[in-house]
Amino acid sequence: MQSHSVDRSHRRLRWMMLAPALAFVGLMIVFPLLFTIDLSLTDAFGAVNAGAEHVGLQNYGDALSDGRRFWPAVWRTVYFTVGAVVLETVLGLALAMLMRRAFRGIRWVRTVLIVPLLATPVAIGILWLLILDPTNGIANQLLKSVGIAPLEFLGSVSQSLPTLMVIDVWQWTPMMTLLLLAGLSTLPEEPEEAATVDGANAWQRFRHVVLPMLGPTIATALVLRSVDALKTFDILYATKGPGGGSAFEAETLNVLAYGLTFDYQEYALASAVLVLFTLFIIGVVLVLRRYAGRGAA
Amino acid sequence: MRFSRRRFGTLVAATAGTAALGSALGACSTPPVTRDTPLRMLAVNHVWTQAIRKLLPEFEERIGRKVSVSMLTADQLASSYNVKLNASATDIDVMMVRALQEQGLFAHNGWLADLTPRIQGDPDFAWDDVQPAPREASTVAGKVLSVPVVTERSVLYYRKDLGPPPSTLDELRERALQLTDRQKGFFGFVGRGQRSGAVTQWSSFLYSLGGDFVTDGRSRIGSPEAIAAYQYYGELLGKAGPPGATNMSLEQAMPIFAQAKAAFYVDADAIYSNFLDPKVSIVQDTVGFAPFPAGPAGSRPYNIPSWSVGINRFSRLQDDAWQFVRWASSRETVEKIQAAGIPGARTSVWADDKSLATFPAELAASMRVNAENGVGHDRPKVLQVGRARDIIGRPLVAGILGQDVPPVARDADAELTDFLVRDNRHQGI
Repeated sequence: MQSHSVDRSHRRLRWMMLAPALAFVGLMIVFPLLFTIDLSLTDAFGAVNAGAEHVGLQNYGDALSDGRRFWPAVWRTVYFTVGAVVLETVLGLALAMLMRRAFRGIRWVRTVLIVPLLATPVAIGILWLLILDPTNGIANQLLKSVGIAPLEFLGSVSQSLPTLMVIDVWQWTPMMTLLLLAGLSTLPEEPEEAATVDGANAWQRFRHVVLPMLGPTIATALVLRSVDALKTFDILYATKGPGGGSAFEAETLNVLAYGLTFDYQEYALASAVLVLFTLFIIGVVLVLRRYAGRGAA
Repeated sequence: MRFSRRRFGTLVAATAGTAALGSALGACSTPPVTRDTPLRMLAVNHVWTQAIRKLLPEFEERIGRKVSVSMLTADQLASSYNVKLNASATDIDVMMVRALQEQGLFAHNGWLADLTPRIQGDPDFAWDDVQPAPREASTVAGKVLSVPVVTERSVLYYRKDLGPPPSTLDELRERALQLTDRQKGFFGFVGRGQRSGAVTQWSSFLYSLGGDFVTDGRSRIGSPEAIAAYQYYGELLGKAGPPGATNMSLEQAMPIFAQAKAAFYVDADAIYSNFLDPKVSIVQDTVGFAPFPAGPAGSRPYNIPSWSVGINRFSRLQDDAWQFVRWASSRETVEKIQAAGIPGARTSVWADDKSLATFPAELAASMRVNAENGVGHDRPKVLQVGRARDIIGRPLVAGILGQDVPPVARDADAELTDFLVRDNRHQGI
């Protein structure tokens, strides 16, 4: 009898201890999510507090049938994310392998490597805008000095998204390097030593020993970075402005949803786009986790 | 042990509850208005705001209340209004708004106080003294919702060392193309090229070529005049302009002229001081100012109220906010501010030569001519101005990129027609 009462008391205490965290999650995550879903089912326009009518799934239909803005934005989101994350993973892995063994000046290299991570995205955007300005920027002056024709970079419809991918790679490759370096440091040395004894060269050791063992770390890094890259907004907005540029050339789903909200005040449609975007991200994470699970197995 | 654990649990719950309740109440409750409550103004970072801040002590002394001014960029300001006023915020009293950009939507949302009774009951305010076009732009459905404080017209900036200014659009194009030398990094013309940002400057070309955005509620951007204006501006900026022109707004275009890398530049007259500032300009001795060149329909630049002041409907200091609006747009204040080089909207001040004495003589003359010929809008008069500008700007970008303009213009015309149906429905028309 007494033991039953103690159990109940423990349970109550557990809930009490959890209550502040649950209240925070409910207030900051669950409520906004439910509010966004509810808003996406209305015709809210102009002011959220002006009163709106429920219109069912009409906004979802409008978004999914929009071939002018929505589907190109989906494609750009995928293109930007895949391009940037693949490059970051390859470069990050290469740098991590280089920095795996200590060498003279490694501390200095590591410090320099994390500098892009410390800067704020808007500051980075402005910095690159100045560097890549087609008329006054230093990048074209350098290209000219070595006899290469100047490029328009962010001023060009076709070069904008690849340029933004390069900026993203510049900023986030260090994070991939640090994550993979942490993974490499936990790998046992024996399998590599055994492979060396068996006569495997450096590439064979990397391809058949290190890479499989590093699989789970790479998968985790891929999930983390992909979700982050999918949500990229600040650098795109800071460099290309509203709508992702004059021909919407850098308009990803996030930029589109922001524009619908703040430039067009179409809160209901923006909410529908955001709900679809959230589902898309959840889908990507599930797929990546599934592959990561297979890789680890 | 059991007792102390329960007490501990109760204590934790009580603390968490109190904290949550406290923060919830803190967020919901608003402190009472006292004499120490400042009058809060949300404003754009603009030379007008900087000038009015310098004059604030005299106003603060008069009403016995401090005025707090927060300055943001135009985009940040619009986003800030959206966030705050959607929550019926009372911490903004005076709002700086663009009558032609956000005002219609704010009126639709019920965010701006109706100033009509105050203006009608105050003959000393002399509302009739405000220029007709800005006055009209301040009125929505018969209600005055803002008072204009800054006006602007498009003007042709040119380099005096490269010859006299062109008087027609044909001459402008011909000379701009002649003067362009891309190898040397010199361009015959520079102007805004961003899809939405360029629309307002392009409007002067559109009007001068005989077109308009919307007439009688119908889209006109597929008309022969509009297509001619799209092609003209596209050729001018695409062939005589700098690379990356479609990414250029005021911030990118203006420095190119200021750094002596362009022969002609069309933009608002309100930014002229940038070219006279030796810190950012090397053309202060060579810059000239000319009326907008004439097209087949004559010289028809825009002449608009770029910034106005209104009152937040949720403000708890409505009377003091009106006193501010009244003071900031009064003849005396406009006289001081215009004398400092910032053009206002008072007819009587414009008629006084002293108020234009600080402007370069050539600019003052151009401003007068442009004001006489001006059209009172530089973007379509719709509720969702941002969306309309995005549609109108599409053929403009196509023209700059050297694409075939007519099919893009026809497609944009169809899109604008659909948009107008929806926009009218929102307006209850």
